[in-house]
Amino acid sequence: MRVVEKRQLLSEEEIGRTLQRLAHEIVEKSGGTKDLALIGVRRRGVPLSQRIAAIIKTAGGVSVPVGTLDITLYRDDLSTVAQQPVVHSNEIDFPVDDRDIVLVDDVLYTGRTVRAAMNGLFDLGRPRRIRLCVLVDRGHRELPVEASFIGRLVETSDTEIVEVRLREIDGEERVMLVDRVT
Amino acid sequence: MLQRLEHLLGIEPLTREQITFILDQAAPFQEFQKHPLKKLATLRGKTIALAFFEASTRTRISFATAAARLGADQMNLQAEASSLKKGESLIDTVRTLEAMRPDGIVMRHSASGAADFVAKRIEIPVLNAGDGTHEHPTQALLDALTIRDRTGRLEDLHVTILGDILHSRVARSNIHLLSKFGAAITLCGPAMWLPREFENLAPNVRRVTRIEDALDGADAIIVLRVQTERIHEPAIAAEEYILGYQLTPERLRLAKPDAIVLHPGPMIRGLEIDPSVADGPQSCVLEQVTNGLAVRMALLYHLVGGAPTDAPHPAGSDAVSNSGSSSSSGAAKGSANAAD
Repeated sequence: MRVVEKRQLLSEEEIGRTLQRLAHEIVEKSGGTKDLALIGVRRRGVPLSQRIAAIIKTAGGVSVPVGTLDITLYRDDLSTVAQQPVVHSNEIDFPVDDRDIVLVDDVLYTGRTVRAAMNGLFDLGRPRRIRLCVLVDRGHRELPVEASFIGRLVETSDTEIVEVRLREIDGEERVMLVDRVT
Repeated sequence: MLQRLEHLLGIEPLTREQITFILDQAAPFQEFQKHPLKKLATLRGKTIALAFFEASTRTRISFATAAARLGADQMNLQAEASSLKKGESLIDTVRTLEAMRPDGIVMRHSASGAADFVAKRIEIPVLNAGDGTHEHPTQALLDALTIRDRTGRLEDLHVTILGDILHSRVARSNIHLLSKFGAAITLCGPAMWLPREFENLAPNVRRVTRIEDALDGADAIIVLRVQTERIHEPAIAAEEYILGYQLTPERLRLAKPDAIVLHPGPMIRGLEIDPSVADGPQSCVLEQVTNGLAVRMALLYHLVGGAPTDAPHPAGSDAVSNSGSSSSSGAAKGSANAAD
């Protein structure tokens, strides 16, 4: 099986503009930043959540708490993989009880990652509300999960992969649509 | 990596990388112990057999709690209540347990090599919770995690192990582990508990009978329990032991100022350790207990979790991740998307 790049979905500049828009939408739809907290889902949700928090800070001067969530222990496919994936620590240094939480991830696909992330959050407390923010929604949901804040909606086939590359992790900044060919 | 580790039988056969991997994987489970809701479904549907052919309280409770917090079910066998009393052989007992289809077995036995013996004869992962005077690997791992957390490193430490070295599987496992990270190890105790062979376990191990010499410059001191049930041999009177080897505040001052004190428990205050040392700021005994849970959760997760190794891989489990990551964590998360 080979992987071929089909086309670029977002450029560096477009990612920047999209995050600006998402940050403003989050504040607007939340009626401000009271009780608001962002939680990035490992791995690429983490830099995205930090960038959104930085934009909110620049625009309104408010520091919104940001945390990191690792969903490994909550995955629903662990009993089918031969080798257990590496577990990482959560980094959430504020109580989630009664918070207005926005989960941030790079790609929304089957919805299973989001289900796992919500279970992880519930083990930490009882947020007042949880909403979801994604850079790309590529469809093909397998669970009743939808995002409140969407950067870009993309039609994909189920052999295609949406690759989000961020400078903090990948050393480059763009979103690509790639395909698996046999 | 832990990847191809099928059992945890001892520290001796592990590489430094495997040990570091286990300690790193314990870190998320340390954080987990602080969660208000301490119940995962990660090992839901798995059963762990806890086979303690030798009495144990803290290790058994620790493994049982670790299994419970991961969502696994348990089968419990305890020496007092078992058919061992009726004369059944070890392997027959273990095979009977195995026939009930557990996914892993945690075992303690009074015979050195028992875990190894069982591992060669059954199909499921075996975790050694202590075999005779041979090894107690999870104790050494939780000690190492505690030392690494407190001192910030595991490399090139000066460690003193104090007490009945001869009968201590904790000492053996700790010597193997710390030596792999370049530790200089001083063993100290009455001469009859300081066998010469221990110097051959690893490089840089020395034996000292005067406690003052043993503590000088130590970064960490592991105080062993005086196994009163074993003081029937060339005996030493309790008063004599206290006089010669009790870790007192005065003696502790001979070690480095920030030296830490560990004890595997159960601790006999006033015998091997002075109560003010046991409760003092340099003592790590309660952290050891909490870290034991984290280490055992990490081990159960990696050894017992997942599909059986001989099971066919389901389609898509090694599929390219959705987000195109090449790192292990990213791939893990990605495959949560792709494998569905």
